[in-house]
Amino acid sequence: MSDPILEVENLRVTFPTHRGDVDVVRGVSFSLGRERLGIVGESGSGKSLTGRSIMRLVPPPGRVSATRLALLGHDLLKTSAKEMTRIRGKRIAMILQDPKFSLNPVMKVGHQIEESYRLHADADRGQARGKAIEALSAVRIRDPEAVYHLYPHQLSGGMGQRVMIAMMLMPEPQVLIADEPTSALDVTVQLQVLAILDDLVRERGMSLILISHDLGMVSAFCDRVMIMYAGKAVETINARDLDKVEHPYARGLIASAPRLGDDRPELPVLQRDANWAK
Amino acid sequence: MSAPDWLLTEAPASRRQASLGRWYRNWLVFRRNPLAMIGLAIVALLIVTAVLAPVLPLQSPTAQALSQRLAPPGAQHWLGTDELGRDILARIIFGARITLGIVLMVVAIVVPLGLLIGTISGYIGGALDVVLMRITDIFLAFPRLILALAFVAAIKPGLESAIIAIALTSWPPYARIARAETLTVRNADYVKVAKLQGASWLRIIWHYIVPLCSTSVVVRMTLDMAGIILTAAGLGFLGLGAQPPTPEWGAMISTGRDFLLDQWWVATIPGIAIFAVSLGFNLLGDGLRDVLDPKRT
Amino acid sequence: MANDVTTAARAAAPGQIFGAEFAYELIRFLGTLALTLLGLTFVTFVIGRVVPIDPVLAVVGDRAMPETYERVRQELGIDLPIYQQFWLYLTKIAEGDFGTSAMTSQPVLHDLFQYFPATLELATAATLIGVLLGIPLGVVAATHQGRLIDHVTRIVGLIGYSIPVFWTGLVGLLVFYAWLGWVAGPGRLDIGYDGLVEPVTGLITIDSLLSVDWDVFKNAIAHLLLPASLLGYLTLAYVSRMTRSFMLTELNQEYILTARAKGMPERRVIWRHALGNIIVPLITVVALSYASLLEGAVLTETVFAWPGLGQYITRSLFNADMNAVLGGTLLIGTIFVCLNVLCDMLYRLLDPRVRP
Repeated sequence: MSDPILEVENLRVTFPTHRGDVDVVRGVSFSLGRERLGIVGESGSGKSLTGRSIMRLVPPPGRVSATRLALLGHDLLKTSAKEMTRIRGKRIAMILQDPKFSLNPVMKVGHQIEESYRLHADADRGQARGKAIEALSAVRIRDPEAVYHLYPHQLSGGMGQRVMIAMMLMPEPQVLIADEPTSALDVTVQLQVLAILDDLVRERGMSLILISHDLGMVSAFCDRVMIMYAGKAVETINARDLDKVEHPYARGLIASAPRLGDDRPELPVLQRDANWAK
Repeated sequence: MSAPDWLLTEAPASRRQASLGRWYRNWLVFRRNPLAMIGLAIVALLIVTAVLAPVLPLQSPTAQALSQRLAPPGAQHWLGTDELGRDILARIIFGARITLGIVLMVVAIVVPLGLLIGTISGYIGGALDVVLMRITDIFLAFPRLILALAFVAAIKPGLESAIIAIALTSWPPYARIARAETLTVRNADYVKVAKLQGASWLRIIWHYIVPLCSTSVVVRMTLDMAGIILTAAGLGFLGLGAQPPTPEWGAMISTGRDFLLDQWWVATIPGIAIFAVSLGFNLLGDGLRDVLDPKRT
Repeated sequence: MANDVTTAARAAAPGQIFGAEFAYELIRFLGTLALTLLGLTFVTFVIGRVVPIDPVLAVVGDRAMPETYERVRQELGIDLPIYQQFWLYLTKIAEGDFGTSAMTSQPVLHDLFQYFPATLELATAATLIGVLLGIPLGVVAATHQGRLIDHVTRIVGLIGYSIPVFWTGLVGLLVFYAWLGWVAGPGRLDIGYDGLVEPVTGLITIDSLLSVDWDVFKNAIAHLLLPASLLGYLTLAYVSRMTRSFMLTELNQEYILTARAKGMPERRVIWRHALGNIIVPLITVVALSYASLLEGAVLTETVFAWPGLGQYITRSLFNADMNAVLGGTLLIGTIFVCLNVLCDMLYRLLDPRVRP
């Protein structure tokens, strides 16, 4: 593996509650090279917050701490808020789950894409517009000129997510965090969107963090898979070795997934163990 | 087991324990809000003084003593006297009875009316719903103060007309709230079960729907009370509300106007009373909303 | 896939927005407006009929001959069934005939035009003050939730909701006019300045600017300042509170996270993206507070001797001049209703999510 692009060591996210502080992410460590890393876990496992703390976008009153959180050797925790705005989007970008909510409802999508470009590049509106249309065709939208003028609510889910991808890839970030990018989409559209994402990430040599609850999907699209449970990274494994996974939670997950040609009369139910959360 | 433990238990043994527990939990949240507690204190003070006014050691609110007219605040008259030598403190405290009376009367008319219209409209639905809601919308779009004014002027200036006029223009929001709440529960399983058991629609509305509207209505009501007080005082100020010698706060400001430059206390003190009481209801309502209706804050 | 592009694109074609659905929307709007105005006229009609004053006597005086009395009675249509009377009332109003004011002996409509600009000037100035301060205050409160500025905004709002405006007017005059002498007293102008500028719009501030008369302008502002600030405070209370609550909802939306993830400076996230999403509901809030200022004029104008509609209505009240009272009520009511209904319409036109 080449030099790490992103280094995360002992990452913690803490939320204060009336019963004292609660750690939602509890000491997660990993490093990311020019590769595609999947983070898998159930809801509440801390996988989304892991992604957000890398961008320093954990909502208050949440607090982020880590022994090391560095992008290309640059300590993100010591970066000023102002400098962070130059890193977000330009170096690390993020795709959210549901384009119905994650696009600004009262702005034409074309303008939203342009805005993303102009935040990081010195360009006039005309240039930005050309770039935006280019970006729309790059995500295989057939009539980019027409889509440019639409409002988010006029788009289907798959279209919306492609717009989101186009927008986030516009400033050509080095790291892309995709947080459940297909969970809100129809099953038929999921694969198309993933394929587009996959192509663009390969083409531009980006690093990808794909956050999902879908173990099968993540292992198909990623090089490595990190499995999270109750705020901890319980195991990291190469995607092609997934069947050799050791942690009982991951084993349970794999066992409970249905397979074609299966002749099991009942799918086994995940048996949880209180020790996993320790 | 101590009382708070009994109230806060995760496993209540009876319905009563569960409901008391919920009240207690709400109270714990409410208590942490200092502004809301101030509001509660003001409202409590208003109620206590209003109830106790006749037995408090006060001077008469209506007895005139022309020799002591327009006396400034001092040892004998803590808040001074008005143009007829009446003790302002006594008038303020007796005025609290009137203010509280107006608020309670208006609420007593408006809340049942709004609930009735809203729940029936929401539960029965169809053409009735359309007609009732159209009427509600029309009333909602009316200028409240000025219609109340014209109404009172047309009938006969006085306390009763003021109450009726305010009530006639205040019910639509309650109908809207009740209808919205009804729509969310009318297809709930427990309502269907009641229907299957042969409950009449009146019974369903009264026993199954109205209780669920109560929190939103209570919040709205508390916040409305300040508005009612201000409107009533406004009508009083214009001479359309309570008639002399009744010690109504708005009317007191109106008479004090003539002496504003030299005897400022005659007009200012009743205004402070109106402001304090409205603020009390607003603070209380705001706090209640935070506790009972967090989604609307 | 290709399908959703074309259907979506078709839905957005500009011609479509102002097509059949727009016409439907317009008809719905006019229908609502007509119905509400009908309701309003009906209510004023009923109020007019319950007056214990004999409308015939009001016209003929109590020493009239029985024949005259009878003739006027028929002219006024008192004999007719109630629905015909209402119809008569409606047709008269449609012709602009609100009757004659007993107080001024002028047609009520004429009086209304005379008095309305003063009210309009005051309400507009107050709204400007309230909106220009209230929106930024609400935004800052929302972005600093739970901090000092948020608590201050909350208290400012609660005080505004609790204050009897006629009383603040009196106290304001006492302090700022009588004691401190910072502002001019009651009325719109000092007596010496009255009638110096040609009334064009009826708004003295504008008229004095049109005739480039700085002295009159300054005097008018000095008179306007106190009442407009006090009323503006009410608007500020309402607008800042609503802005805060709308902003809090928006700031929790996912698209705000998207904007931040794009690397957008926080200031732009707040003032362009979040605020951009609440402009439409804010317009409604502002219009409603404007409407309530118009009707609240009955109280403030009395205090400030402001020669507007409110004062006209209250003075007519005490002269038992019901024609004038009902005419004024109907005019303010109509504006109120129009603003109300118009807001709903604007909401549907401006917000792309609900645009037909």
